[in-house]
Amino acid sequence: MNVRSSGSQPVRVEQDVVMARQVSRKLAQDCGMRLIDLTKLVTAVSELARNTMVYGGGGDMDWQILDDNGRTGLRLTFRDEGPGIPDIKLAMTDGWTSGGGLGLGLTGAKRLVDEFELDTAPGAGTRVTITRWT
Amino acid sequence: MAALGQHAVSKVKNAESQLVQEWIAALEASGGTRNVKGDELKADTREFLQLITSSLENGAGTAIGAAQWEDTRQFLERLSRNRAQMGQDSSQTANFIFALKGPFFALLQKEFASEPQLLAEQLLQASELFDALGLHTIRTYQASREAVIRRQQEELLELSTPVVKLWDGVLALPMIGTLDSQRTQVVMESLLQRIVDTGSEIAIIDITGVPTVDTLVAQHLLKTVTAIRLMGADCIISGVRPQIAQTIVHLGLDLQGVVTKANLADALALAMRRLGVTFTKAQ
Amino acid sequence: MDRIPILQMGQFLLVTIQVDMHDQLAMTLQDDLSERISATSARGVLIDISALDMVDSFIGRMISTISGLSRIMDAETVVVGLQPAVAITLVELGLTLPGVSTALNVERGMKLLRERVAAQ
Repeated sequence: MNVRSSGSQPVRVEQDVVMARQVSRKLAQDCGMRLIDLTKLVTAVSELARNTMVYGGGGDMDWQILDDNGRTGLRLTFRDEGPGIPDIKLAMTDGWTSGGGLGLGLTGAKRLVDEFELDTAPGAGTRVTITRWT
Repeated sequence: MAALGQHAVSKVKNAESQLVQEWIAALEASGGTRNVKGDELKADTREFLQLITSSLENGAGTAIGAAQWEDTRQFLERLSRNRAQMGQDSSQTANFIFALKGPFFALLQKEFASEPQLLAEQLLQASELFDALGLHTIRTYQASREAVIRRQQEELLELSTPVVKLWDGVLALPMIGTLDSQRTQVVMESLLQRIVDTGSEIAIIDITGVPTVDTLVAQHLLKTVTAIRLMGADCIISGVRPQIAQTIVHLGLDLQGVVTKANLADALALAMRRLGVTFTKAQ
Repeated sequence: MDRIPILQMGQFLLVTIQVDMHDQLAMTLQDDLSERISATSARGVLIDISALDMVDSFIGRMISTISGLSRIMDAETVVVGLQPAVAITLVELGLTLPGVSTALNVERGMKLLRERVAAQ
């Protein structure tokens, strides 16, 4: 697996969530992603970027365009130094929310991508990595 | 590896038209000329003979990967692609090469009758060369054939699932054959797009021609129905066979709110009623 | 601070969302719309989201809230122009917008609103 290009994007204020969506849309287009897959990815980005900003107290979105045996993928990592998630199982339950949301952020985002990885511990921040292949 | 001797090559060159004649006769006898026009066959055989003689004159050996065989390889690749598209099978295509063996060997035999050792050597060389060329042809044929199959699969995917307009505001998607998850997804996307493009209020998905559904496909169907409703149109599923109904119930899938009809006619009748269209029989 | 314009057409209010919305903008629209329904005694609200290339759970919740709010204030809400890719994504996300009326385009949405209001 090769990393064709990579970069990073701050996710601190509300406008950054919009920027993260726009950047990932542009990247997905560069990967030649179909409209439907692109829409799913951008929606997942919106959910995760909002989590980073609201619950993580701000952080960053790292992106990588990957080449793997003729397929192209976009991998995005949302990381923050926030309080972390104490109960991962609970956080990955549809409808459960610690804030005022619908509780579909994490679980919904997971359903919208091909690969989903959650790395978190209380007090150690949160890292969510998602990948969507073309 | 020793090549075919220049002596032999010049003999082949001199006897070209005779060789071509015998070669074509052998091809016809083996049925390898099916669908191939006479002129084309003549041109092909002549060109091929000229290509190999000129390669051999340049000192090419029996290793056909060598640069001297470049033109010949390209010729054979073109030939097998054409043959694959014509619908010839692999043995018919390979026969193009192998049918030349007989006349070619006969010629060598005649020319080297007095030198049995040389004859044996030349025959071995020629045999190796023809085998290698024949194999190359089959390999290319196979690759072209696979490309044809891939293209047909894609075309089939589009053809097998046309979105048809039944009435102003009513679209139907008659699904036929086994549904896999990817095909279902592609088809559903095109249905949704057509609904937007035509502003149709009712879509009928007819699954009469679908033998079985698995969990994933059933879920795709349900998601499609929900997506259509979200867009502000209605969806009717028709032609649910008993086995499929059983599968859906066994899988515990929730069909609540999904309108199903036994057949396409009933679904169309319902769509008409919803649109407020009534029919009367002319007296 | 930017706002999404709300147009009045007789007894209906018309909203066309044409920008990539951030969350505050969505909240502002929600507030503005309930103010306008009350001020104009509008009977219906039409929200055109055909230009939205993405609807996440936040915007989805805004749509549901506006729909619920207006119903309490005696106005019908119809959402029109949801794109196919967006609709599929919403279903995958688990958002089915219960209680929200939808129509394919503005024309059909207006027809639906008029029918609903006339039926009352």
